[in-house]
Amino acid sequence: MKDAATRDAYGQTLVDIGANTDIVVLDSGVSDSTRTKKFGQAFPDRFFNMGIAEADMVCTAAGLATTGKIPFATSFSCFLLGRTMDQVLVSLAYSNTNVTLAGTHCGLAVGEDGPSAQMIVDIAYTRAIPNMIVIQPADWEETVQATKALVDYKGPAYFRLGRPKVKGIFDSSYKFEIGKGRVVKEGSDLVIFATGTMVQESLVAMEQLANENINVTLVNISTLKPIDREIVVDQTRKHGALITAEDHNIIGGLGDAVGEVLLDNQIAVPFTRVAVKDQFAETGTGPQLYEKYGLSHNHIVKAVKDTLNKK
Amino acid sequence: MTTDIKELENSALELRRLALKIIFQAGSGHPGGSLSATDLMTALFFGGILRYDSSNPKDPKRDRFLLSKGHASGIHYSVLARAGFIEVSDLDDYRKINSKRFLSGHCHPKTPGVEIASGSLGQGLSVAHGIALGTRLQGFDSKTYVILGDGEIQEGQIWEAAMSASKFKSNNLIAIVDFNKVAQDNITKDLKDIEPIEAKWESFGWDVHRIDGHKMDEIMKVLQLPAHPDKPRVIIADTIKGKGVSFMEGQTAWHGVAPSKEDYEKALKELE
Repeated sequence: MKDAATRDAYGQTLVDIGANTDIVVLDSGVSDSTRTKKFGQAFPDRFFNMGIAEADMVCTAAGLATTGKIPFATSFSCFLLGRTMDQVLVSLAYSNTNVTLAGTHCGLAVGEDGPSAQMIVDIAYTRAIPNMIVIQPADWEETVQATKALVDYKGPAYFRLGRPKVKGIFDSSYKFEIGKGRVVKEGSDLVIFATGTMVQESLVAMEQLANENINVTLVNISTLKPIDREIVVDQTRKHGALITAEDHNIIGGLGDAVGEVLLDNQIAVPFTRVAVKDQFAETGTGPQLYEKYGLSHNHIVKAVKDTLNKK
Repeated sequence: MTTDIKELENSALELRRLALKIIFQAGSGHPGGSLSATDLMTALFFGGILRYDSSNPKDPKRDRFLLSKGHASGIHYSVLARAGFIEVSDLDDYRKINSKRFLSGHCHPKTPGVEIASGSLGQGLSVAHGIALGTRLQGFDSKTYVILGDGEIQEGQIWEAAMSASKFKSNNLIAIVDFNKVAQDNITKDLKDIEPIEAKWESFGWDVHRIDGHKMDEIMKVLQLPAHPDKPRVIIADTIKGKGVSFMEGQTAWHGVAPSKEDYEKALKELE
């Protein structure tokens, strides 16, 4: 198990599988930070740095896809999606082109660059777009496997990646599959559905909870759309209480995606969403922001206890 | 296919009638911008410029055509029907629900011969450039042609793409500006002037040509030029919005309105 940022795993995997000449990588002037630079050095003919022009990059990727290429269009998630709603809707989603939008530096985890760089609405936005799938891997191993899966997947996808180094959770025995959630740890009192960095945050919380004899199940939801409805329903019915955890605004993200499944199945049980509370944060380190804005393991511990009290 | 100017002019006339007919039948659409682009598209599709096989529309070695000013779908579908990508009878579905060939108000790749969805101005040049990069990577000598509206080049993304194509020396990309001088709201000059248009493209590193976009011999001549050694090409085609129908020519009012029966019949007489 490797401790590293998911953006590092993405950049390295592109190089590792780069011999596939259908793969093309685009960036918009931040390849050093998104880690696509390595691909550019290894395969300069198939790397297109479009300059600071995200709209052009997204549509260029769509054009490349129509010729049978497999484009990974990469930038910071805030610009990649923030500046390209129209391009993503028309040239990617509606045209159903085979492009992966890889957005790094998501969420409050990005830290000191402040709210304009902290993308917290991307899951809500991409989930609402027909034809799009949305994937957020939790660690190195899952990112490696998800990147490879996206090469084989045909259609527009949003790949949500992070800036900070995160603890490795999975080893090579893990099998990522688009559309499948996975039980990371089995407990009995309640189930946590977490995505991205909040999987690691939940694991820390679970250690604290275990000391107080509270044992919860942790499910990693890396495909946010199409969400694994079966695991959501089964695990919720099994435990009778749940929380969701995500580094994203409370509107439209994992919490709502899980809530939609429960609503469709008429399941009403104690349920708390750990997420950014519909506000812009501020500058500070990632861990400081997680503490102040309700995402840290301490908040997960509290959410679990509050939810269990309603059971 | 013909390079005979008279024959091409006759085809253009026929296509103008067809485009107006389907817009009239649909009861909505964009006649002005369809008629201004007709001669350009006639030369591309029927003058032996664009290499395509309508029975194999996805041939990887084909040349590509994109109509970035997608509201002129009336002429695009008419051309696709005449070129055999769809049947002329399919055109009866234009803008109608359950359209068999998905003949939406703006084109979509579900319709054979259409490369990408349109409807939002400013995206087509980037998409066309992506295609040009893709076919070059594949080692094909395909060319990608894209028609832009003059109002459309007010979109900032056009200039992002203009910089990109020149950076990547994409000489297999040919943009044609249908400079009909009229946008939906106003004449383009008053809306936001795009002149000096040649100097703009030149300064962005393009091989610039300017022609009369209704003179078939001029259109054919510029389209037959060999590719520039290392620059993308832009053809500024001076055109007239609503060309061929006197009461539509140069009129903002005919940007996005279907003709009444009376106007349609009057227009047809002028297009004989």
